[in-house]
Amino acid sequence: MIDFEVPAFITNQLQLVKMAAEQTMRPKSRYYDEHEGEIPVEFVNLMWQFMSNQQKRQVEKWESQLNGTNGQAGAPPETRKGPDFTILNLVYMIEMLSWGDAGIYLCLPAPMLGGAAVEAVGTTEQKVRFLRRFSEGDPTWGAMAMTEPGAGSDTSAIRTTARLDEENNQWVLNGEKIFCTSGGLALSESDGFVVVWATVDAKAGRAGMKPFVVEAGTPGVVVAKKEHKLGIRASDTVSIVLSDARIPYDNVLGSAEVRDKSAGTRGFKGAMKTFDASRPAVAASAMGIARAAFEYSRDKLKEAGIEVDYTKPRHLLTAIERDLLEMEARLKAGWLLTVRAATMMGYGETNRLEASMCKARAGETATWITQKAVELLGPLGYSRDILVEKWMRDAKINDIYEGTKQINLLIVARSILGYTRKELK
Amino acid sequence: MDFRLEEEQQMLQDAIHRLAEERMRPAYREADEDGQLPADVIQAGWDMGLLPTAIPEAFGGLGEHSVTTNAVAIEALAWGDLATTIAIMQPALFAMPVMLEGTPGQKEAWLPQFCGPKPPPVAAALIERGIHFGPRQLRTSAERRNGGFVLNGKKTMSPLADSAENILVYANEAGKTQAFIVAADGEGVTVGDRDKLMGIKALPTFEIDLQNVAVAASAKLGGDAGIDFEKILAHSRVALGAAAVGMARASYEYAMAYAKDRVQFGEPVAHRQSIAFMLAEMAIDIDAARLMVWEAAWLLDQGQPAIRETALLKYTIDEMVLQICDRGLQVLGGHGYIREHPVELWLRNARGFASFDGLLIA
Repeated sequence: MIDFEVPAFITNQLQLVKMAAEQTMRPKSRYYDEHEGEIPVEFVNLMWQFMSNQQKRQVEKWESQLNGTNGQAGAPPETRKGPDFTILNLVYMIEMLSWGDAGIYLCLPAPMLGGAAVEAVGTTEQKVRFLRRFSEGDPTWGAMAMTEPGAGSDTSAIRTTARLDEENNQWVLNGEKIFCTSGGLALSESDGFVVVWATVDAKAGRAGMKPFVVEAGTPGVVVAKKEHKLGIRASDTVSIVLSDARIPYDNVLGSAEVRDKSAGTRGFKGAMKTFDASRPAVAASAMGIARAAFEYSRDKLKEAGIEVDYTKPRHLLTAIERDLLEMEARLKAGWLLTVRAATMMGYGETNRLEASMCKARAGETATWITQKAVELLGPLGYSRDILVEKWMRDAKINDIYEGTKQINLLIVARSILGYTRKELK
Repeated sequence: MDFRLEEEQQMLQDAIHRLAEERMRPAYREADEDGQLPADVIQAGWDMGLLPTAIPEAFGGLGEHSVTTNAVAIEALAWGDLATTIAIMQPALFAMPVMLEGTPGQKEAWLPQFCGPKPPPVAAALIERGIHFGPRQLRTSAERRNGGFVLNGKKTMSPLADSAENILVYANEAGKTQAFIVAADGEGVTVGDRDKLMGIKALPTFEIDLQNVAVAASAKLGGDAGIDFEKILAHSRVALGAAAVGMARASYEYAMAYAKDRVQFGEPVAHRQSIAFMLAEMAIDIDAARLMVWEAAWLLDQGQPAIRETALLKYTIDEMVLQICDRGLQVLGGHGYIREHPVELWLRNARGFASFDGLLIA
């Protein structure tokens, strides 16, 4: 039944997350924004304790599956008692961390998108093998490398190749990936990994694309360039060049049938499923930034005697009060869409459409709200002495990564119209 | 956290959808042109029993008032036709404020009358004409006099007031919005000409003039303490939000079907990104607005005031329903401009939401 109550375990956890945001993120936001490339160590060390404990429980679960049920996946949500709010919890956590600092949040020592791919497509053995490192030892990062100079929105244009060397039972990877979040942290600063999308058959288009786990220390892998960005400057964004990089055969994600060339797009589609969870996650990040900007604007304007009176009739509203109402209304709408998409996963419902809806809307909302905030705050908003201008710079990427707004709108449009890319380009 | 309907809600939604599709949709155009409601459809809507379901058992109802369920129902009704929806829900404009805020005596006197096969002839009057209008800043006044009250002012857009025997009139009493049960044939009460509105033309609404209308103290809703008007307004705004979502969805679905069918330049126009993206944004707007409706409804069901949420909701849906119905017409191009397709009617209806406070209640 319709219920907007936030599960208690999420509310409880959020208190810790908020503390982390207030203590390790906000005080350092400006510093790391102006010292691109430095790792936010206080945040990393604090969150590592928390994240690695959570990961430990997951790994133990998979290990017991391996021992008991030989590699089968966990029970589907419907057979457990009640809904599984893992993704909903993640969404709330990411929103709060991004409210703290969206760039620093992306330095979270966790499997992130790379881990999402492993969980979506990997066998249980692979989950244990690749994800155990996030439950013990030093802070470790995971990453995903998809984008290339010639392949952004058009993922079918990916040209990084993976050739099977049967004699040595290795894959040989060649290509260049760009805009890889935390790629440097994964490969150079820890014993992490990057999930690299490569094609085993360029002529097969999407059907030839597979996810390959490239671990730190793999020969032939170079972190070639660190990007200097408009925003989320604390986040490590790198290019990775693979020159005859050799990885074990077992590092291609998925069961044997998925590895088989003739298995069609199942592998690709399987990993596209990760977006059903990752899109709400990115939407949550966008909404956290937006909330930061809205709250700051509201509080600052209140100091100046400008406060929204929710009972005022339209004809008495000043322009700035209307702007504040608009900000808050958009904030609420964007957040509700995000929570809805994440909640659906909790009940085992397909949420492909809703995930793209919330991502498209949240990116736009965060952009609008943060840009409006700078405007409303006048010369103060424009100053680098406060964080609002940084939040505007941080927000913009949410219209772009994890599927641009236009791509997500395209997904929504095709879904509602029942069209393939044949009908709707 | 959950956004799934319960089985009973799903059944209600399905039943109302059938009513909307089979009875409301065939009738709406003629009704709008002629300015006349389809009486049989109104009765069929009343037979759905939404109001008796909400009224407490002590007064003859089922005692199952759920704002969320009503929101689901109103969305489905408005998808059919807004004017008909307002007519079907019109008795609630009198009954619900009594149910929410009336004294025990007022509830006993009135609520049982709304649990039968036909509702009593009542009406409610909140809206006042003019740019100054605000439901909390009414110009209709109520002053204490001779142990009772004297009302002065002018109301507009009171649905079905011409057949009402009793009218719930909202007035400013000592700086707060209060409500008074006024006999329609009382001295000084004039139900005036029927309003001429841009939309909802099938729905008769009326001006009501009040010149020194004297009412007893017992006519004040809630007795001497009066009412919590915020609660009534919040319930109204949820209903308006639900109706806006329903009508917007109607326009969106109609436009989508048209765009998939209409061939220009060798392909359906839905193949063009400008059209497809318009439809995609509409879909997102509708879902977002519905979530805001449901959140406010849920809060009210939890006994929360939801003033902020309903203010944000009203602010959002006023614009959302207009934009969507405007786009809906746009997708149909020239044909959308003609009074044969429903999109122009939905646009005329849509702009009204900015002034519809009090026309629906959940």
